[in-house]
Amino acid sequence: MTILALDWGFIIEKLIMIAIIVFASLGIALYTTFGERKVAAILQDRPGPSRAGPFGLLQPLADGLKLIMKEEIIPNAANKWLFILGPGLAMTASLMSCAVIPWGSAVDVFGRHVELQIADVNIGILYVFAVVSMGVYGIMIGGWASNNKFSLMSALRAASQAISYELAMGLALIALLMTTGTLSLKTIVEQQVQGHWWNVVYQPLGFLIFFITAMAECNRTPFDLPEAENELNFGYHQEYSSMKLGFYLFAEYINMIMSSAIMACMYFGGYDLPFFNEASVAPNIAALIGVGTLLIKIVLFIFLFMWIRWTIPRFRYDQLMGLGWKTLIPLALFNMLLTGAVILAKL
Amino acid sequence: MSTLEILFYALSAFAVISAAMVLISKNPIHSVLWLILVFFAISGHYILLNAQFLAIVNIIVYAGAIMVLFLFVIMLMNVKSDNEPQKKLFTKFIGVLSGGSLLTLLIALVKQTVQLEGKEVMMKEGTIGLIHPLGKALFSDYVVPFEISSVLFLSAMVGAVIIGKK
Repeated sequence: MTILALDWGFIIEKLIMIAIIVFASLGIALYTTFGERKVAAILQDRPGPSRAGPFGLLQPLADGLKLIMKEEIIPNAANKWLFILGPGLAMTASLMSCAVIPWGSAVDVFGRHVELQIADVNIGILYVFAVVSMGVYGIMIGGWASNNKFSLMSALRAASQAISYELAMGLALIALLMTTGTLSLKTIVEQQVQGHWWNVVYQPLGFLIFFITAMAECNRTPFDLPEAENELNFGYHQEYSSMKLGFYLFAEYINMIMSSAIMACMYFGGYDLPFFNEASVAPNIAALIGVGTLLIKIVLFIFLFMWIRWTIPRFRYDQLMGLGWKTLIPLALFNMLLTGAVILAKL
Repeated sequence: MSTLEILFYALSAFAVISAAMVLISKNPIHSVLWLILVFFAISGHYILLNAQFLAIVNIIVYAGAIMVLFLFVIMLMNVKSDNEPQKKLFTKFIGVLSGGSLLTLLIALVKQTVQLEGKEVMMKEGTIGLIHPLGKALFSDYVVPFEISSVLFLSAMVGAVIIGKK
């Protein structure tokens, strides 16, 4: 059987890495919910969750346990299969983007040369873009299958918002890959490690546009129109209970982590620690420092997301569409033309 | 069988079954979701042919954008399986006949193409589906058709905006 002529070591290595990254993302997402409540508390000058465990550190576990123990309710009029599929799809789509993120440089374990990335595909950025565009299906399907008019309205809002902001995001990405000349995230990070400057220096406007659109794609306030509770009750997850609701809420936090990781890789040097020569220490230690650096950058981005959420109120729907179509897309086009002109002038 | 062949047959079966389910499903939303799976299967075939760029663009454009709009329209119109008008048997028969003749025509064309005679499919090799060769081909050999089609898209966009303003 030639099917067994696979490199089993390679497959096991990748499986272990996928397991580590998925569980680490879930764990970090769990504590991001805690972080969100604490950040909100600090910004609103109150103590926040402080009862469960020291400094309230066990609060997310208690919340998770509560969600799991709740009764599963599937409405009679709902489309049963799609009702279950919705949260699953939301979760899958948000976890899928971790496949192309380079978490660090290579390490040597038991004589194997292990790259700290699940797949270095030569279309990395486009892969991320495709996964982002898949993310809206979870919300749309869940909202429609609930058979509730508020959920349906929310699903439609989510779809039109996602499509509007994907355009500006794609245009910002095009400008970035005009300067890097590659679609592979690994190569983009390595260019920044070896070069003098991070990409944000060359693409400040592109980064700003990407950041705003990423926030809109994650459905974070000020862009959380699909779950605007004063207009739509809870929006697309109105009819959901127990862990299905938990999946929707978790998917939002995992989206936030993944988009922070992607922004760190594309614009802020990924696992590159500034003013530090990675060649001066052993490769394994350099890789560990790299992973730590990337995690710190991710945490900083998540904090920025939360800071914005608890500072800026939600947009009105026409303002949201106006910002997307009349401000971000022309700005992104201008950024693209400017980048092209600079590259031409340099030739 | 090699791993490649197993993957090929699995993907093909996946594509054909999903495509059949698009037709069989009574609920239009289910049809759209099955159609998305068909696009994923086709993207898998592109990857087997080492055309990663085409594979991912297929997902971004069809599964990520066009199908979202399809779903959007179907949800907005709230088409349900029970109030969908049922076609007459005669109409169905004519539909099968015309679809079948189109399929026969396409197969005959592919079989008769001289350039394809005695050629094998390039699995896992060939570079035309990668971004560099594809970009070079589009902007040198095929630059005129490429630009004309982009003008066509632009005019469609302007037309849509004007209709939307009315």
